[in-house]
Amino acid sequence: MEWDFTAAFSNIDLLLLGLLNTLKVTGLALCLGIPLGLVLALTRLTHLRPLSLLAAFIIEFFRTTPPLVQLFWFFFAFPILFDINMTAFTAAIVTFSIQSSAFFAEIFRSGIQSIDHGQWEGAKAIGMTRQQSLKRVILPQAVKRMIPAFMERSIELLKTTTLVSTIAYTDLMYQANDLAQKTFRPLEVYSVVALIYFMLIFSVSQLSILIERRLARSGEGTVH
Amino acid sequence: MIELVRTENLHKRFGELEVLKGIDLSVSEGETVVLLGSSGSGKSTLLRCINFMETPSSGRVFIRGEAVGTERAGKLTYNQADLCQLRTKVGMVFQHFNLFPHMTVLQNVMEGQLTVLKRSRKEAGEKSLAQLDRVGLADKAGEYPSRLSGGQKQRVAIARALAMDPRVMLFDEVTSALDPELVGEVLKTMRQLALEGMTMICVTHELGFAYHVANRVLFLNDGAIHEEGNPQQVLRNPQTQRMREFLEGHSLFKLPD
Ligand SMILES: Nc1ncnc2c1ncn2[C@@H]1O[C@H](COP(=O)(O)OP(=O)(O)O)[C@@H](O)[C@H]1O
Ligand SMILES: [Mg+2]
Repeated sequence: MEWDFTAAFSNIDLLLLGLLNTLKVTGLALCLGIPLGLVLALTRLTHLRPLSLLAAFIIEFFRTTPPLVQLFWFFFAFPILFDINMTAFTAAIVTFSIQSSAFFAEIFRSGIQSIDHGQWEGAKAIGMTRQQSLKRVILPQAVKRMIPAFMERSIELLKTTTLVSTIAYTDLMYQANDLAQKTFRPLEVYSVVALIYFMLIFSVSQLSILIERRLARSGEGTVH
Repeated sequence: MIELVRTENLHKRFGELEVLKGIDLSVSEGETVVLLGSSGSGKSTLLRCINFMETPSSGRVFIRGEAVGTERAGKLTYNQADLCQLRTKVGMVFQHFNLFPHMTVLQNVMEGQLTVLKRSRKEAGEKSLAQLDRVGLADKAGEYPSRLSGGQKQRVAIARALAMDPRVMLFDEVTSALDPELVGEVLKTMRQLALEGMTMICVTHELGFAYHVANRVLFLNDGAIHEEGNPQQVLRNPQTQRMREFLEGHSLFKLPD
């Protein structure tokens, strides 16, 4: 057996296009999923029981069902139900935003709950509203503690987006399948793709380690 | 004399447990009132009902003669925005400081002025430095709370409350979490505040402070004000058996001769 990377390398532009689409889906899902996760977490934490239960259900549902099922549901079932058209890209964004928001909601919730109750009291005692306390006092401290979990979740999301290739969205994985079939070089093509994913995720996780160290060192330790 | 705080038949229940069983309290401008009572007698609960950190179960609170809350169909309702406004007028300092660790000392003191009172950055900065100077910590403005001693943290917490220009200050066992050698600096700050005419309600176990600084001492027992009077009278000649027992049980109790 011979390794021959000519086909893989001469079509590297196709793979890079796929990579770009992978990053687009991941990035957009993060941009929508994080705020949505915060909203879900806050709803989950309200004292209004029906609302809180609803949020809890949504969170649990999207954390426990397989992402591929969710993706297929939004791509194939949802359009029938509401009689609309859904491109693969839209279905991917909708699915992964909601799916990751469920995980982000849990990260937000445990982050917020990890902050000492005295912080709420200190803010309340100088006249701050609940929202002001959350925004200025609780979240800035909680987010700092949540960064490692955020990073991990984002990497998880990046990996999960490979599923979009199954509904024919031209992400990195889809381009790889395409190229492997056309060139009859699956060995080289998938090796290159694996390497691209590795380098991408490895640098993200190195970055997160760097950020964690920086935070640990900074004088204003979150724990008093 | 202007009456700043008044409670009428104040009750507070936590489920089955009735902690306050009808408190009538009146505090005049410039007065320093010390609240005594054994652990669990409801001292914190009473303070927290005055600035509505807790909502009273029944009874009314008046701040500067104004009743808090509106009565509708025999039921009292409280508007959250009004309560926030009220808390700027009634400052509170806690046993565990509750400083914001992600902000510098100066930012801690500025925070409420910026977000609640909507003061300009410049004005809030100047007022904060003035208050920090008042508690003797202007030189620590740029530090983070984690770099301060317990006594310094508590003085910053006092400055943070004072920066809102409160009319009354509530102190809830503010020296109880401090190492003994740090208690003095905080009591000194409080004493100075009292001398400057600040109206204060203090829960404390420092009977020396009560004796020398308070205008009036209240003894809370079984959800009611059990005994009250000027400190010399109440601490030297307690009228009730419960008060005598409380004072005898106080290991730290040493009255000056
Ligand atoms: N939020 C609360 N929920 C339930 N019980 C409470 C709460 N706060 C205080 N209590 C109870 O009320 C009683 C009085 O508490 P507290 O006012 O803190 O007493 P003190 O400050 O005099 O030690 C205690 O028995 C305490 O357990
Ligand atoms: Mg207490």
